[in-house]
Amino acid sequence: MYDVIIIGGGIVGCALARELSRYRIRVALLEREVEVGFGTSKTNSGIIHAGHHAHPDTLKGQLEWIGNQMWDDLARDLNFGFSRIGELLLAMQTEDLNHLEELKKQGERKGVTGLEMWSPKRLRQEEPNLSHDILQALHAPTAGVANPYEACFGLIECAQQNGVELFCGQSVLSITREDDGLLIHTSRQQFRGRFILNAAGVFADQVAAMVGADDFKILPRKGEEYMLDRRLQGIVTRLIFPTSTASSKGVLIIPTVDGTIMVGPTAEDVNDREDLSTTFSGADKVFTAVRRYCPAISERDTITEFAGLRAVADSNDFVIGPSPIKGFFNVAGIQSPGLTAAPAIATYVAKMLRGEGLVLDEKTDWQAKIEGPPRFALMSAEERRAAICRDPAFGRVVCRCELVTEAEVLYAIKHGARTLDGIKFRVRAGMGRCQGGFCTSRVLDLLSSTLGVPLTELTKRGRGSELFYPRDDRIAPGGGL
Amino acid sequence: MKSPPQKTYDVVVVGGGPAGLAAALGAGDAGAEDILIVDRETEAGGILNQCIHSGFGLHHFKEELTGPEYAERFIQSVLSRQITILTDSYVLNIAPDLHIEVISGDYGHLQVQAKSVVLAMGCRERTRGAIRIPGFRPAGVMTAGLAQKMVNMKGLLPGRRIAILGSGDIGLIMARRLMLEGCEVVGVYELMPFSNGLTRNLVQCLDDFAIPLRLSTTVAFIHGRDRVQRLTMAPIDDQLMPILNQSWQIACDTLLLSIGLIPENELSTRLRLKMDPATGGPQVTSTLETSLPGVFACGNVLHVHDLVDFVTEEALRAGRFAAEVARGRRRPGDNISLQTGENIASCVPHSLSPDREQVIYLRVKRPLKDCVLTIGDRYEKVFRMLIPSEMIRLTLGPEILDRYFGEHLKIEVHPGEVKNG
Repeated sequence: MYDVIIIGGGIVGCALARELSRYRIRVALLEREVEVGFGTSKTNSGIIHAGHHAHPDTLKGQLEWIGNQMWDDLARDLNFGFSRIGELLLAMQTEDLNHLEELKKQGERKGVTGLEMWSPKRLRQEEPNLSHDILQALHAPTAGVANPYEACFGLIECAQQNGVELFCGQSVLSITREDDGLLIHTSRQQFRGRFILNAAGVFADQVAAMVGADDFKILPRKGEEYMLDRRLQGIVTRLIFPTSTASSKGVLIIPTVDGTIMVGPTAEDVNDREDLSTTFSGADKVFTAVRRYCPAISERDTITEFAGLRAVADSNDFVIGPSPIKGFFNVAGIQSPGLTAAPAIATYVAKMLRGEGLVLDEKTDWQAKIEGPPRFALMSAEERRAAICRDPAFGRVVCRCELVTEAEVLYAIKHGARTLDGIKFRVRAGMGRCQGGFCTSRVLDLLSSTLGVPLTELTKRGRGSELFYPRDDRIAPGGGL
Repeated sequence: MKSPPQKTYDVVVVGGGPAGLAAALGAGDAGAEDILIVDRETEAGGILNQCIHSGFGLHHFKEELTGPEYAERFIQSVLSRQITILTDSYVLNIAPDLHIEVISGDYGHLQVQAKSVVLAMGCRERTRGAIRIPGFRPAGVMTAGLAQKMVNMKGLLPGRRIAILGSGDIGLIMARRLMLEGCEVVGVYELMPFSNGLTRNLVQCLDDFAIPLRLSTTVAFIHGRDRVQRLTMAPIDDQLMPILNQSWQIACDTLLLSIGLIPENELSTRLRLKMDPATGGPQVTSTLETSLPGVFACGNVLHVHDLVDFVTEEALRAGRFAAEVARGRRRPGDNISLQTGENIASCVPHSLSPDREQVIYLRVKRPLKDCVLTIGDRYEKVFRMLIPSEMIRLTLGPEILDRYFGEHLKIEVHPGEVKNG
C-alpha cells in the first residue's frame, strides 16, 4: 500500500514526486511510456514564463509567478541548464499597445519585477535583428529557458534518490475503490494507494473517468516547433513573443538553453491524442508569423521539427484538487504556463494532501541535490583533462556535432535511459546537425552492451519503435527477380 | 593510459579515411618525416569500411576492389612508412598557429604542434530535417549511410519494406544491397527531374533489379507513430513543392534518405577559413592550401566527390604540398582567380598559377547535351553529355596560362556549337 501514487511522469508528475519525496511517506509514480518526460513535456517549448501573462484570478495565473521564482533553486539543485534570458512582448499594431500596458499592470499587481516598456530605439540597440516595424515592446527580465526533459530527468532522479519508486511502461487500465484506498491495474501489475494524483496530461480525463471523477474534458491542442541551425545562434538573445491571441501566446522565437534557436509553436485543436505530426500548413504558419518580426529567419535553416499536445482543460484553467471520489485528486489541464508552474503545483498539491489528512513528516536525510550528468562540451580545457584522466571514456567522442563523450552516455544509461531518444534527450547525442547519422550505431552499441539487450530489441522510444530488424532467412527475395 | 606520442609533427592529417590516408602518403613521398593521422573511428579507412560493394580503384589501381580492400592497401602503405595513426581520437580544436588539441580514449588529452595540417574530415549525409518532410517522427527513417553501416557492419536490417528518397549513390547502392538481403525495395524517388547518382549505379543497382526510379517526386508526409507505416508521395511543381492533390500512398516500414552530402567543416569554420558556399568546403589554391597558410584540404571535406580514386589523387597532391610547406619550401603563389560562370555549379581550386600543371574539378548545374566548356579564352573542350552527378576533371598543362595577363578566368559551359576565335 502506497501513501501516494502519481499517475503520469511528465513535468508535473516528476515535480510532485520530488516534492513528496521530502516526507516520510511511500510514493510510487506510474508512467505509461518507457521513460519519464516522453509525452507532452518532451515537446514543450522550454519557457519559464516571466509571470505576468496569466490572469491572477485563475489558478494558472497564481501558480505561474510562484513557480517562476522556484526555478533558480531547482536548476542549481538538479544541475540542469536554466537561464533567465528575459522576454520581449512585441506590439506590431497600435491596438497592441493597450494590451502591453494592461499586461504590464497585471504583472505589477502580481509582483512581477523589472517589467519595462522599450521604445523602438532601445529595441534596435538590444535586438538589432528584429523588424524595424515594431512599435513598442514589453521587456520582462524574469523570463527564462530550460530544457523541460532535463528538468524531468533531474526531478525524478532526485525523487528516486529519496525513495520514490518509479514504474515505467505501465499504462493504467482501471482504477477501483476499496475500503481503505484505491486499486490501480496497469498493463503489468496492480498498485494500491491511499491517495492517487492524476497527472496523466492529455489522458487525464480518461484516467479520471475510470473512477467517475471526470467532471472536466481535455481538449488536446497541438503545437508544432521548428529547430534551426546553429548558424542563427544569437540572432535574438531574448524570448520573442508577438501580442497573443485567445488560444495561444502566438508563434515565438526561442533561444533555447543550448544556444540554438527554435520557432513555434502553432496552436491547433485536435481530436487525436496521438497526433504528433508536423504539417506543411503548420510550418507555413510558423515561418510566416516569425518573418513578420524577424525577417532573417527562414525555413531553410530548419534542422528538425516536432509537435506536441498541450493538455488544455475545457475550463481553460488548471484542474487541481480533490474529486468526489475519496483519495482521488486531479492535477490536470496543465497547459501553459504549466512548465513554469510545475514546482509551485507540487507544493500546492502537497499542502492540499496535508489538508486531506495525509501526515507529512519531513525526512531528516532528504537530499535536495543530485550529482547531475557531466557535460563534456561545457567543461574548460582543464576540466576536460581531469575528466579524461579520471575516466578514459571521456576521451571517446560519441556525438561529434554536440561533442558528447562515451562517459556521458554511460552515465545516462546508469540513470535510466533505455532508448535512443532517452539518450538523445539526456546527453544531446543525435540532436545536432547530423541528427544521429554518426552516433546512432555507437549509442546503440553502448545501450546493448551495458543493458545486455540485443541491438534488435532496442527502440527509438519504446515498444513498437524498434530500430533494426534481424536478418530473416524466411523472407523471400524481393520482387523483380 | 598509454604514454602519449611525440609533440611535434611535420604534417598532421585530420581524418583517416581515403583522403587522410593518401594525404599522409603524399606527405611522405615529398619528404615529410613525422606524420600523424588522427581518426575518430577505432579503425582507419573511413566510410570505405562499410562500402563492401566493388567498383573502387578502377582509375587508381586499374582493378576493381571493394571499399575495405581499397582502404587496406593504403593502411598497409601507411603502416610500412612509420606514419603514426591515432585511432579512436578526436581533434577538438586547431589554433591558427597549428597547435592542435586532441582527445583520445587511449592517450587522454593531447596537445600537438604541426608545421602543416591537412584537413580530411570527409562529409556527412543530409537528414530529414534539412528537407523538411512533415508527418510523424517514427523509427524507420534514416540516412542511407547509416542503414549501410548497420547492414554491412552489424548484420542488421533497417526494415523489411523499404522506400528510398533521393537518388544519390549511397541510396542506389543500398537499394541493391537490401534487395540482396531479402528486403522489398518499393522504389527510389527523386525530387529533381534527373538522377543524382552515377549512371553505372543506376544501371547496376536499379535497372538490373527492376527497382523503379521515379523522378520529380517527393515524400509529402510520413505516417506511423512508433514505426513508419506508410508514406504520402507527391509529384512536385516547378518550385519543388509537392502537388498534394495528386498525391498517393505507399505502404512501407522504412524510409531511407539519400538526399545529398555535406562537407564536414566544423573545424574549418572555427579556424575561420574562407569558405565556398557552392561546395560547402574551404576555398583553396592550386596547391590545395586554404586561406590559412599551412592548412590544406582534400577529399570530401573540400568538395563531395563521386569516386574515391579522385579523392586519392587529390589527397596525394594535398599531402605533397603540405609536406613542402612543412619543410620550408614554398611554390609561387597563385595570381589568377578561377570563377564559375554559366551553367557551372562549383569548381575547385579557386585560383591558379601559371607555372604548374592544373587539376580542376567541376560540376555543372543541370544536364547538358552537346556543349562546350571554356576557361576564358584559354581553353575549350566539347562534351557530348554533362550531368551534375558526374564530376568533371580536367588536367591542364602549364602552357594554357602562358603569357596570360588577366587577374581572373571564368569557367563556363554553353550548349551548342564550338565558338570560333
